[in-house]
Parts: sequence; C-alpha cells; structure tokens
Amino acid sequence: MHELLLSIGYDHWILPVLLALPLIGAAIVLMGGRAPEGEDEVASGAAMRPRGIATATFALEFVLSLGLWFAFDPDVTGWQQRFDVAWIPSWGARFTLGLDGIALMMVLLTTFIMLLASYGSWTSIRHKSSAYYALLLVLTTGMLGVFMSLDLLLFYLFWEVMLVPMYFIVGIWGGTRRIYASLKFFIYTMVGSLLMLVAIVYLGLVSSTLVRMANGSMQVIPNFSYDAVMATARVTPHAALWLFGAFFLAFAVKVPMFPFHTWLPDAHVEAPTAGSVVLASIMLKLGTFGFIRLAVPLFPGAAMDNRVRAVILALAVIGIVYGALVSLVQPDFKKLVAYSSVSHLGFVMLGIFALTVQSVQGALMVMINHGLSTGALFFLIGMIYERRHTRLISAYGGIARVVPMFSAMLVFVSLSSIGLPGTNGFVGEFLVLLGAYRTYPVLAVIATTTVIIAAAYLLWAVQRILFNPLDKVENEQIPDINRRELLLMAPLLAGIIWLGVYPAPVLRRMQPAAEQFVRTVEARAALSTASAGEQ
Amino acid sequence: MPFHVYDLAIPLQLTKALFPDLLLMGGAMLLLLWAVWRTESPAHQRSVGTLSIGLCVITLAATIFMLFHRTAANDGPIAVDNFRWMADVVILLGTIGALALSIDDNDRSRTTTAEMHVLILLASSGMMLLAAARDLMIVFLGIELMSVASYSLAGINRRSERSAEGALKYFLLGAFSTAFLLYGIALVYGATGATGLHEIRIRVLELGLERSPLLLVGVALLLIGFAFKISAVPFHMWAPDVYDGSPNPVTAFMAATVKTAAFVAFLRVWLEAFPGEVSAWHRALVGIAIATMVIGNAIGLQQRNLKRMLAYSSIAHAGFLMVAIAAGTVQGASALLFYALAYTLATFGAFAIIVVMSRGDAPVMTDDLAGLWTIRPWLASGMTVFMMALMGFPIVGGVGFFAKWYILKAALQAPQSQTLLAVVLVLTTVISAGYYLYVVMVMFMRPRAADAPIPPATAGWTQFVMVASAATILILGILPDLVVRYADKGIPIMAVPQPQGMTTVPARTALTR
Repeated sequence: MHELLLSIGYDHWILPVLLALPLIGAAIVLMGGRAPEGEDEVASGAAMRPRGIATATFALEFVLSLGLWFAFDPDVTGWQQRFDVAWIPSWGARFTLGLDGIALMMVLLTTFIMLLASYGSWTSIRHKSSAYYALLLVLTTGMLGVFMSLDLLLFYLFWEVMLVPMYFIVGIWGGTRRIYASLKFFIYTMVGSLLMLVAIVYLGLVSSTLVRMANGSMQVIPNFSYDAVMATARVTPHAALWLFGAFFLAFAVKVPMFPFHTWLPDAHVEAPTAGSVVLASIMLKLGTFGFIRLAVPLFPGAAMDNRVRAVILALAVIGIVYGALVSLVQPDFKKLVAYSSVSHLGFVMLGIFALTVQSVQGALMVMINHGLSTGALFFLIGMIYERRHTRLISAYGGIARVVPMFSAMLVFVSLSSIGLPGTNGFVGEFLVLLGAYRTYPVLAVIATTTVIIAAAYLLWAVQRILFNPLDKVENEQIPDINRRELLLMAPLLAGIIWLGVYPAPVLRRMQPAAEQFVRTVEARAALSTASAGEQ
Repeated sequence: MPFHVYDLAIPLQLTKALFPDLLLMGGAMLLLLWAVWRTESPAHQRSVGTLSIGLCVITLAATIFMLFHRTAANDGPIAVDNFRWMADVVILLGTIGALALSIDDNDRSRTTTAEMHVLILLASSGMMLLAAARDLMIVFLGIELMSVASYSLAGINRRSERSAEGALKYFLLGAFSTAFLLYGIALVYGATGATGLHEIRIRVLELGLERSPLLLVGVALLLIGFAFKISAVPFHMWAPDVYDGSPNPVTAFMAATVKTAAFVAFLRVWLEAFPGEVSAWHRALVGIAIATMVIGNAIGLQQRNLKRMLAYSSIAHAGFLMVAIAAGTVQGASALLFYALAYTLATFGAFAIIVVMSRGDAPVMTDDLAGLWTIRPWLASGMTVFMMALMGFPIVGGVGFFAKWYILKAALQAPQSQTLLAVVLVLTTVISAGYYLYVVMVMFMRPRAADAPIPPATAGWTQFVMVASAATILILGILPDLVVRYADKGIPIMAVPQPQGMTTVPARTALTR
C-alpha cells in the first residue's frame, strides 16, 4: 500500500488536494441555486442535491485522507507529505504544508468527523440547506489548513478564517439564542487571536534574513516559516514571556481553559447538532494543537518557567474539577456534555504541561477520544431532540423500554466518555494521569478523583433519561433510531472500541512526534535558561 | 536601469513631471465647458459622467506609465517618485468609483447637475497635486483645490435640507482648519525662511531650530490642520454630520479618497520636513493615533445609521493609518498606501450597497438590511466582504487583512518599535468587530420584515463598482504579492533621487544624508 501510494506521487499532492476538494464541493453545492424561502427543504426534496453532493465530497475527502495512514512513515521524525510553494515573497511568507504524527491524527479525525457531521445533518437542516452544506465544506478547509500549515502567517489565516463558517452555522441554523451565542463565540476567539497576530509579526521580523531579490538587490525579508522561526528566532526572556502570553490567550480561549470557557456552553448549546459535533470534536482540539505545535515549543523558557507552568497547571486542574462539578447540576443534557468538554480538555492541558512523553501521548489520545465520544454524544442528543424537541433531562425518564437501540448506544458512549477500561476514554486519561504523576503527583491525585465525579454526572443523567419509571405520556411513542442513524453511529462506536482495545497503531504514529515535542521543549528550555543566566 | 531625472527649473521638464496632473486638470476644464453647453437632462448627466470616467482611466494609464518609467527629479516644489504615482493610482481609483456611483445616484435622486462630475474631477486634481507637493505652498494649493470642490459636492443636492446642513458645516469647519494650516505654514516660514520640505529640514538642522518656539507652534498648527482634514480625534466632530448629510457617492469620496490624499500629504510633510530628530511633536502623533482608534471604534458601536457608522469607522481607520505615519519609515509609507487602497475598495463597495438600499432622503439604517440575504443574496454577500475587509479579517475580508498586517509590520519594524500602537490597533479591531459583524448578522440572521420594501434592481455602474471592488479585495486577499511587489519597491525614492540600495533604509536615516 505504501509503495502503491508513493508510486502515484500521493505524498506530493495529497495535502493541497485535501484543502481544495471541499472548496470545489462548496462551489458545486452553491451552483445549484436556492430553494424558495420558508420551504421545508427536506420534505420538498430540495435538500437532496446539496446534501448528496456535500456528503459525497466528504466521503471522497475521507477516502483520500485515509491514504495518509499508510503513506505516513511512523519511524521518521520531521515533516512528511511536505508541500511548499512561494506565496508572498516580499513578506517572506510561503505556502508550506506538512504533517507530523500529531497533525496526521488530527487530519484523519477531521475528515472522519466531517463526513459524519454532514451525513448526520440530512434531516435536521430543513431550510437554506445549500448554504449550510457549503459552509460545512469551507469550514473543513479552514480546520485542515490549521493542522497542516508550516508557515505562521498561513496558520493564522486558516485559524481566523474558520471562524466565519462556524459563526454562520451557529447564527443561522442555531437555537433560540443563536445570535448572542455566535457573536460571543466570534468575538472571544478574535480577541485572543489578534494578539497572536502581533506576536507572529514580531517573530517573523526577528527571524528576518537577508535575501537576494530577483533584480539583484539585497533585502531584509521577514521569515514566517515554522522551521526557520524555531531555528533562528532569538528573543529576550522578557519578550518571550509576552509573546507566549499572546499565543497562550489565543489557544486558551479556543481550548477553552477555565476562566476563558464561557463562550463554550452558549455556542455548543445553541449550535445545530453537526455544529456542536464539529465544535467539540475538532475545533477545541485546535487550541490544544496550537499549544503543542506553537506556544510551548516556541517559548519553552516562558512556558516551562515555574510560575507560569504552575498557573497553567492550576487552571487546567481547576478546569477539570469545575467542568465536572458544573456538569453535575445541569438540567439540560446538551449543556452537561458541553461542560464535560471543559473537564476533558483540562486533562489534555494537564498532559501537555506535565511534559513527560507518557502524559503528552495521553493528552493526544484524550484529544482523539474526546473527538469520538463527545461527537457521538452530541449526535445522540441531536437524534432524541429531533424526536421530542427538548433537551431537558427531566422531560425524559424510562425511555430505555421505548427506544432500546438508542439507549444501548447512549450507555455505551457514556461509558467510553467516563473512561471505562476497554473503551478509548480509558487509555488517554490513564496515560495522562500516569505521566503527570511523575512530575506533579498532587495535581494528578486531584484530577484522578474527578474521574469519579465524571462517572457520577454522566451516569446519573443517563439514569434519569433512560431508566427511571416511564411516567410521561409523550415519551411512550418515541420511534427508535432508524437505519441512517444507525449507519451514522456505527463508525463512531467501532472507533471507540478499536481505540480502547488496540490503540497501538495510533500511539505508534504519534510517539515520535510526542517524544520530539518533549525533547525539543526540554532542550530549548535549557538553552534559554542558560542564555538568560549569561546575560 | 538609470533614472530619468527631470530638472524642475526648466519649464518643459516641469510640465513633463506634472503630465498626469495637467492631463486631468485640462480634461476637467474641457468637460466643464461640455457640461454647461447643453441644458440639464438625465442623459446629459450620464454622458458627462461617462466621459469623466474615461478621462480618469486615461490619466490612470499615464500615471501607471510614469510609475514604470523610473523617473525622478531634482530638489524642487514637485516630487517625482513612486510614492506619488502610487498615491495617484489609489486616488484615481477612488475617483472612478465616486463618478460611477454618482451617475447612478443622480439618476435615482433625479438630480441632473452634470457639473457634479466635473467637481469630482477638480477635487481629484487637487488631490493629485497634494500627492506631488514637496513645498508647503503647493500643499496649500492642493488642499484648497480639493476642499473647495468637496464643499460644493457636499451640498450638490440643492433640494435636500440635510445635504445643505452638512455642506455648511463642512465648509465652516474646513475653512477653519485650512486657516490653522495656513497659519502653521506662515510660522514655519517665519522660523526657517523656507517653504520647500527638504529645505525646511536642512535649515532646522543647520540653524539648530529644534527648540525654536516659533517652529514648535508652527508645526503644532500644521498638525492640527492635518488632523482636521483626516478627521483625527479630537478634531473629528464634523465628520459624522457631514458624511451623513452628503449624497452617498460624495460621502464615499470624502471618506476614502479625500482622506487618502490628506494622509499622503501629511506623511510627506511630516517625514520629509519634520522627521523625528527635528520635531518634538511625534509623541503627540502617537497620542492622537491612540485616541482616534479608541474613540472612533467605541462610538462606532453605538451607530444604527449605516452612513454614520461608516463615518465613525472612517475616523477609526484614520487612527490605523496614523500608526503607519508614526512608524516613520519607508515601510510605513508603503503600508499607508496599501491600506488606503484596501480602504478605498471596501468603502466604495459598501457605499455602492447603500446607494442601492437608499430610498429618497431617508437615512439607511442598519436594520433596513434585515434578511437581505433571503431576497438579494449577492448584495448581502458583497456587503459581508466589504464589512469583513473594513474589519481586517483574512480571506473573507481579503486585502483588508493584509492592509492591517502591513501596518502592524511597519509599526513593529520601525527603528523605535511601536509595540503599544500595534497592540492598541488589534484591540480596537476587536471593538470594531462589534459593529461590522452587526451588519452581517442583521443581513443573514434576522428575518426580513414583512413590510420591508424590496430594493430596486441594481443599476449598471453601481454593479460595476460592487463587483470590481469585491473581486479586487478577494483576489488581493489571497495573492497580495500582486501589489505588494510594487509597494515595497516603489516607495523608497521619497527624498532626493538615490537610485541604489535605498530599499530597506528607513526614511529617517535616508533623509539625513
């Protein structure tokens, strides 16, 4: 397989193709014109064309991206599938794409979840469907671009631009408070990222190089290439602290870390089902990915400074505990899952900043697992909401008898989200706690106790929805999930079991990158403390 | 390649150096004759407008020829450098936009004054003169020519009371600010005995006038005069009323093009005659820039009248542009022009949509756009591009992002790194998201009111302005290098012609040679 892919030059064209394909799909979807305003497009059949084209595009995208799994060489450190063309020579920005093991997994997760997200919207998006599917496609390009770019300016461009489709998806197809939620989401994220822009410009300028231009004159050109910035950017510890702060804010809002998380419950709850899935499964990971790719390796001196690290770890653990406690008291099931994300992502942050190979690998696993489990939970919530039009836990009760298939899935997914051994959730959290225990035993112990609360809030909610007495008349006639929904959930459930039982292939592909991350950070941190000592 | 150096003391060579300017002025005079030759009628108005656009296109071609012709001049009242030609290109693009919009706007408001187009042409000849000026007298001449034409343009709709009110305010405050400027020029002349920019700086350095009270007061008055023209806080009060009252195309013209020209002259005077080592007022400039960014954006949040919102946004943008001047470098100059280009495109695009949406004399409120997406998807998408461009958002806002980026880069690259200004710039950009996004939100997420009138079909020229600006914004938003290539190379010859090795030298050091 590996040889076959190489023989067709797969390595050279795959990344730009993955970026371009959704855009082409979006253009084709939009060319179909629009259904009359106010029409139920699912009932009238007008949604057939856009959703068909979009899902087909996503399927093609996913199949194409699967080749990466085979083409990627897990024993090589450094960028693979690199693609590099000139873009803005006078500003020293290039269009550079490439993958390491971490980005590879994130790209696969993205193409996988997006395929399901579009398939899962088939009956829930009933108006303006062509615009919806086009935005979903454009969003994919934006998110994939962030994972792939190896140029800081390009990274920033993708980072910002993916806000727009999400803003529209939440704002147009969302719930009752959708306008407030979408604006809050947009502004919060933008505050963080614009300061990051200043930091990126600064970094590009300090790694300027003298370049001979086409006409023979010499010019100082800033350099935004990731590798060049890593190799040449030398900043004073003081400046590094500010720059790290700018990157930290951008990514911490996205993760979201406590206390920057307040946009998340609003956006998650108001978004349409697929929007919540994409937000939880992929967009939150962009924040943690940013920490691993940029914030920590670029400024290890600042990130590993004892005080900074203590604050971040403290916030991570507060997030873990706080998210779990708030979930415990939520009457709205969707909001409960939204807050549980704060808790899970706290684990990721703990793993990254504990900085052992194990904890970082664990953090990466949690990122993938959370993508699968929480995505699946949001899909299930969406299904039951479509049938009963309420998400209040108290409105249900005892429906396990009415919808057995649905119930079985919900129980299974909840158990994986809790981290039951044998499901994917266990592997990641276990690795994080194991790794963190070496460097920060106290924090690891606090985080471990939270696992119990996590079990409590989800199982309690599941109990109230599925198992209490069936005391409401409207719940007696809910249809069980249909074939399309079964087809939608099957891959997610398969992924949950696979990663729980046999995560080795995934871990093997991420291990070199995780090791390299820890090595780079430690080496560079030592370097920067040494140079600070000299001054 | 050698430079073709004009000797400005020889009349023929001076004429050559002023060729595009003279072309536009001469053409404007002929068109003035043609405009009053026939009785007023809608058809005549259209024909004069179309001819004016043609004249601008020819002048644009001449300017671009000069840009690539590698010309320079000896020290004199007129600058011959790429900064001037690039500024002319931006100004002429804005003029074409204003003419195109005013043809359609006149049709809709049943105005038949064909002279309007000629007034726009005269104003832009004043602006081109401003871009060329290297002597305070020429600066004054350019400002007057530009302003007098704009005063009459603001009041061109004789039947509208709001237009008359706006015009009167504009005239009174404009005259007031010109007085400041003139007084400043007089004091500077009194202190240095010179009006040429280059000469002033040499005199100040030779005679050690850095602390001369006469010069300090003179420069302060000049700063105030320019601050009025570019509507910087606290000299911005006139802008919202005037912008609100004027006909839509004229407002766009004043907000984008007039401002660009004033900025171009401001930059040249500030950097060539009073660079940092000469003037103590540079710190004041930083303060004004911060105040302008913060106040312009903060009050913009309150506006529900679309034109007033854009007026405050134009004040805020003046603050952003002042960051480029505060950088005080060649990169700052390039960034200023690039930003002005992006701002011109976005402003004319947005005003094209206001022209379509306006009904009679009533102001267009943001809420009038509610649900626009459901009836006019292209208008709504266009407006989204323009709003995002004004906000400086990447890809969707296209070149708007790179304009901001360029200014940030210039500010951080300056010898005295302007980090504070850079941070204020991005933070106020977040504030501005509040009102630009509001427009987008209203168009896409609010339902259309049942009784809301359907806007009429978009007329040809308006469509042209909209499509051309949106396309340029988006294309340059992906490939900014198409323009930046020239912006970075073009600007360096700001002072005396020094063909080699000036590309990366900051203006300040270049000028002290």
